[in-house]
Amino acid sequence: MEAIIAVLLILMIAGSIYTLHARDLLSAIVSYGIVGFALVIIFLFLKAPDLAIVQLVVEIITLIIMIAVIRNSSKEDLQERTTVKVEGVHYINLRSALYLLVTGILCIGLFYYFVKSIPGLEPFGVHTTRMATTYIEQGAELTGSANLVTGILFDFRGYDTLGEATILLTAVIGILTILRIKGKKV
Amino acid sequence: MKGMTVIVKKVTQLLCGIIFIFGIYIVLHGHLTPGGGFAGGTIIAGAFILLVLAYGDHIIHLRVRKEDSSRLESFAIFLFLAFALAGMFMIPSVFFSNYYPLGAVGELLSAGVIPLYNIFIGVEVAAALFTVFLAFVILKEEDK
Amino acid sequence: MTLFVLCFILFLVGMYGVITRRNMIKIILGLCIMEYSLNLFFVLIGYVKNGVAPIITKGTEQATFVDPLPQAMVLTVIVIGLATTAMLMAIAIRLYRKHNTFDIREINTLKG
Repeated sequence: MEAIIAVLLILMIAGSIYTLHARDLLSAIVSYGIVGFALVIIFLFLKAPDLAIVQLVVEIITLIIMIAVIRNSSKEDLQERTTVKVEGVHYINLRSALYLLVTGILCIGLFYYFVKSIPGLEPFGVHTTRMATTYIEQGAELTGSANLVTGILFDFRGYDTLGEATILLTAVIGILTILRIKGKKV
Repeated sequence: MKGMTVIVKKVTQLLCGIIFIFGIYIVLHGHLTPGGGFAGGTIIAGAFILLVLAYGDHIIHLRVRKEDSSRLESFAIFLFLAFALAGMFMIPSVFFSNYYPLGAVGELLSAGVIPLYNIFIGVEVAAALFTVFLAFVILKEEDK
Repeated sequence: MTLFVLCFILFLVGMYGVITRRNMIKIILGLCIMEYSLNLFFVLIGYVKNGVAPIITKGTEQATFVDPLPQAMVLTVIVIGLATTAMLMAIAIRLYRKHNTFDIREINTLKG
């Protein structure tokens, strides 16, 4: 099972790299769907059916909203050229080289510290529940809910859910405010 | 946005109600089977979005619908907070206490207030996502 | 072990996109990819070998459950992620209406 998840993760990485390098925005958004739908399958393998249902529908709605945004806009991507041609001679674009250098240093540094910290984690498949022991053993008796995720979401950790609902309301009010004002025509 | 062809409209007629009822089922059985308020709410919003995409926006008065759905969302979050506050006045006096009788695990009418919270969160999420979608659609209409 | 490293590589790909791309939509897509890898990492940590989904039915009372706590947290994160993505999209489309381009560096150099 670990091998299947690894293959799906490699597919996700390939899809995300293509998403960032695609020539036009529509194919970028469609290949972004690869990442989300592969994530749905991985959630099913990891025994998280609640997450799989939510992720599936959210992915579809995200794609609809993104396509609605770029439908009437310019669809071509703005690629940074790696070389500049001046009077027949190719020069390296310093700015793009600088960005690549910074990204490379950042990625290598972060990756080094991540690999260094992996022995502190438990290996995949082994997990000692600390906080969740009470939730698993007595959750059904204390909340009466057969689905433990729902029991945690609305009983043990109701504050989290209340905060989530508030953030959702705030985000919607923000979207309505941003989209309502008339932009100055340039 | 114009509507689509007759085939799409007919299939939407047949399927939209089923998707809506499936969303309600997911919300109501949230404490027994996988799902719950978040999953069911997104499915219900998906049913409405399918309706608007297939039939175009000249049939229903979208501006009124947007205000309705945003008002519904505020109302749902208010009810959620009110039911949580009601826990303060029950015997244990705890915010978010589960003060209804729990019932037997695995039955539809069990788990105290959790089904009610599920319904409120489902209404809230569905209204929020539908409002977001309508905001983008109406913006497109204003540009023309 | 391998899965954690692959998950982190996905995060780094998203970060690379956020830093180097010029198109606002691409930057938003990079942010979404970072968020996905974070969700996946939470669920990967909570997995128990031969565990079953944390739902009590007849016959699974004695089985080992996977950890339900990360799942409950990720469930809220997914829905919030959709709302914030939509908000970023709203900002992007507003900037496009005003400056007629998605290029973030060109917008940066314009005054007013």
